[in-house]
Order: sequence, then C-alpha cells, then structure tokens
Amino acid sequence: MAEVSVTKDAAPAADELVALKNVNKHFGALHVLQDIDLTIAAGEVVVVIGPSGSGKSTLCRAINRLETVESGTITIDGKPLPQEGKELARLRADVGMVFQSFNLFAHKTVLENVMLGQVKVRKVEKAAAAQKARALLDRVGVGTQADKYPAQLSGGQQQRVAIARALAMDPKVMLFDEPTSALDPEMINEVLEVMQQLARDGMTMIVVTHEMGFARSAANRVVFMADGRIVEQATPDEFFNNPRSDRAKDFLSKILHH
Amino acid sequence: MNVLLDNLSLFREGFIGTLELTGASALVAMVLGVIIAGFRVSPVPPLRIFGALWVTLLRNTPLTLLFLVAFFVVPKVLFPDLDSFLLAVCACGFYTSAFVAEAVRSGINTVPLGQAEAARSIGMTFTQTMSLVVLPQATRTVVPPLSSIFIALTKNTAIAGAFNNVDLFNVSKTLSNDGYDIAVIFLWITLAYLIVTYAINGLFRLLEHRLEVAR
Ligand SMILES: Nc1ncnc2c1ncn2[C@@H]1O[C@H](COP(=O)(O)OP(=O)(O)OP(=O)(O)O)[C@@H](O)[C@H]1O
Ligand SMILES: [Mg+2]
Repeated sequence: MAEVSVTKDAAPAADELVALKNVNKHFGALHVLQDIDLTIAAGEVVVVIGPSGSGKSTLCRAINRLETVESGTITIDGKPLPQEGKELARLRADVGMVFQSFNLFAHKTVLENVMLGQVKVRKVEKAAAAQKARALLDRVGVGTQADKYPAQLSGGQQQRVAIARALAMDPKVMLFDEPTSALDPEMINEVLEVMQQLARDGMTMIVVTHEMGFARSAANRVVFMADGRIVEQATPDEFFNNPRSDRAKDFLSKILHH
Repeated sequence: MNVLLDNLSLFREGFIGTLELTGASALVAMVLGVIIAGFRVSPVPPLRIFGALWVTLLRNTPLTLLFLVAFFVVPKVLFPDLDSFLLAVCACGFYTSAFVAEAVRSGINTVPLGQAEAARSIGMTFTQTMSLVVLPQATRTVVPPLSSIFIALTKNTAIAGAFNNVDLFNVSKTLSNDGYDIAVIFLWITLAYLIVTYAINGLFRLLEHRLEVAR
C-alpha cells in the first residue's frame, strides 16, 4: 500500500561517461581552467582544439587527476575522482592516456610495456597478459616488434605501442594529448589510422590534436578552447564551416592556411 | 716479536668485526635510504616533511654525536638493554641512510617525469610506480655515488670500535695498550681497511659494468 516514489533524482544520464562541472584550476596567477563544463557520452569521440597555452593538456590531465583541480567536480562513469591513493589508482586504470612523448617504459620491452599494467594492476596471469598484449600489438600493427626495447622503435611505432599499453587495461575512455605532435610527418598517418579504427570500434575518446583531417572524419564533436575556457562546441562540419566565435574564426584562419 | 703473527686471531676478530658492522649498517642504510627517498618524492606532505627532516638532521649531525646519543641517551630513555653491536649498527646505518636517500633521490630526478606519469595513468599506485618503473631506471645513476658512501661507511664504523665493539680500530687500541710499536700496528690496520674498501670499490665497479652492458 506504500506509495512508491518514482521521481528521478539528479543521477547522471546513463550514457554520460565523463562529466566536468564548473571545474577551475590555477597555475599561480594563471587561471588555466575557467568554469569548465563538459560532458562526454559513452562511445563519443570529442576533439579538443585551441591555441597553444589554452589549457587543453591541463584539461586532459585533470580528467585522470594527473593535475588536481581547485573547484568543481569531475566524474568518470558517475564516480567522482577520489583523493590520491589506491582508489584513485583503480579509477585511473579505467582511463587510458596517450602522451605526446609516448612515455613507454624505457627499461621494458614492448611486450612487457603492454603486460605490466595487466599483471600488476589488473592481476591478470602472465600467460594471459602476454597473449592479450600480442593480440593488441598485432591490432596496432607492431606485433613483430614485441621483443625490442622502445628506443629501438620509430616514433610512430612507439606511439602505437603506447596506445596498445593503454588499451590493455580495457579503459572506459581514452585520452589523447597531441598524440602525433612529436612525430615525423610520414608517421602521423599510421597513428591516426589506429585512432580512427578505435573510434569506429566505439571507444569513447577525448583527443587533443591539431590534425583537422582527423577531427573532420572521426569526431562527433569539436570543443574549441581559448584562454582556459570552452569557447565553442559543435559538430565538426558546423565548426569548420561555420565557426560562431571570433576566437574560433581567427584560430581556424591561421591553421587552415598551412 | 711480530705484531701481526703474534696476534693473528685478534686481527681476524677485528677484521670480521669491521666487516659485520659495515655489512649490517650498509643493509640498514640501503633499506632506510630507499624508503626515505620514496618519502621525499611522495604525494603525501607529512611523509615529505618527515623525509626532509630525517635527511637534514642525520646528514648534519657529527657521527660521534649520534654514537653518544645511541649509547648514553637511548638506553636511558628508550631501550635499556640493546647490545652495543645493534646500537652501533643503528647509529652508522641511520647516519648513512641520509646519504643513500640523497643519492637515490637525485637518481629518481634523472628519470623523466613522463615515466612516472605513464605508470600512474595505467593505475599503478605510488609504491608500484616507484618500485617497477622509476627505481629500476634510477639504478644506473645511483650506483656510482653509493660506492663512495659505503667506503665512507666502512671507515666510519671505526667509531664503533671506541664504543665497546671489537673491530679493527678497537684491536689497534688493544695492541697499543699491549705495548706494540704503534707505527707497525697502524700499518697493518690500514692495510686491513684498504682490503675492505678496495673490495667495495671492485664490487661496485662490477655492478656498474653489469648495468652498462644490460643497456
Ligand atoms: N606545471 C605547470 N606549472 C605552471 N604553469 C603551467 C604548468 N603546466 C602548464 N602551465 C601553463 O598553463 C597554460 C596551459 O597549459 P596547457 O599545457 O594546458 O596548454 P595547451 O593548450 O595544452 O598548450 P599546447 O598546445 O602548447 O600544448 C600554459 O600557459 C602553460 O604555460
Ligand atoms: Mg598541450
């Protein structure tokens, strides 16, 4: 006879995987993230672009708490980022990160790079971890390099290994911070192709990049940042053909001429 | 009369005493040093402060003063019946740990920050990041300074000889009290210390070479 209340509470939408609400951060006097509101749905590919120093990297790093923020909330799959410690480590394992400078573990072979997190963080058996690592390395096209050390690989190969290392953790979302900026031109495409494939496979991705071709073809949404703020968000078509803000117009006119 | 041949067993006892003091203190210093270095780069502020205090305090205190504290203050207020070997090892080990911590910390600083960030980003805890990714890469820069730290430690254990421990220094005192020529005693004692320090030097050379090849 009791009445059952069915009012919806403020729970996040089911497909809201990453949510930043009113996030602020300073580096000294510099306000690098200003009232950032951003939500990313499961399966969505969001490209973040903007001029140098606008806070793109900081945004990326804040999402897996490599940078702390001063105010606002960041949630991953409904869970707010915890304080530094075991619980944060567990949450980070669900958020893959690919760095501009690859950051492969220099003292480990390619195979070991992709196994380490599985074995030590996910507690997977070594044999199973190796098998999965080899499959992932094949998937990103560097299967034949498994026993080499990172320094023996080209930049493009290293970055693809880094992607495999992140994927080995079965992340819910992948963050890419200018993954091709440190690469020679002829290697950029091999990395972008892996990322395209990943996007097609339904991975949720947040990608900071200056590769407009990738943004056009793979992104569901473009987020334009300037001076620590999100100035504009739109579909790639809208953004590239009809930017609304002056900052975006100015930025696009500069980069599209090259 | 021959100092060495007449007192061979005493010399041997002193030599082994010095070896034991050095070995045990080195072990304590190594373990503590790595832990303290970890504290100093940890994300937890109280640990960082503790680490900094530990290093500053121990590195800037004369070792003789530490020995005085260990042998006259510690038994009175804390542990009344620790034997003199243990007290000496603590004094030498704690003192040397401050130097080891600094060597390890500077080694850690040579490892690019991106290595630790990558480790954290795949979900490793701080301890895992240190032990699996950062420290193994720091070893190559840490080993050379450790060699001099442990050679200094060997010589520092002589202070323990003045505090109730049988080591080379203690033997030299005993023999000079027995009336042997002090110059000859010192010659043999110095030679014995040289053997130990030379062995340490060689050991670390070997280790450095190994690490070089492994690259
Ligand atoms: N650790 C730091 N300490 C102090 N200032 C920092 C730090 N990291 C970044 N900054 C500053 O914060 C601002 C935003 O940096 P961020 O790296 O997020 O920009 P970005 O948009 O990624 O730029 P880029 O395109 O050059 O990579 C910059 O002005 C930068 O100098
Ligand atoms: Mg950046």
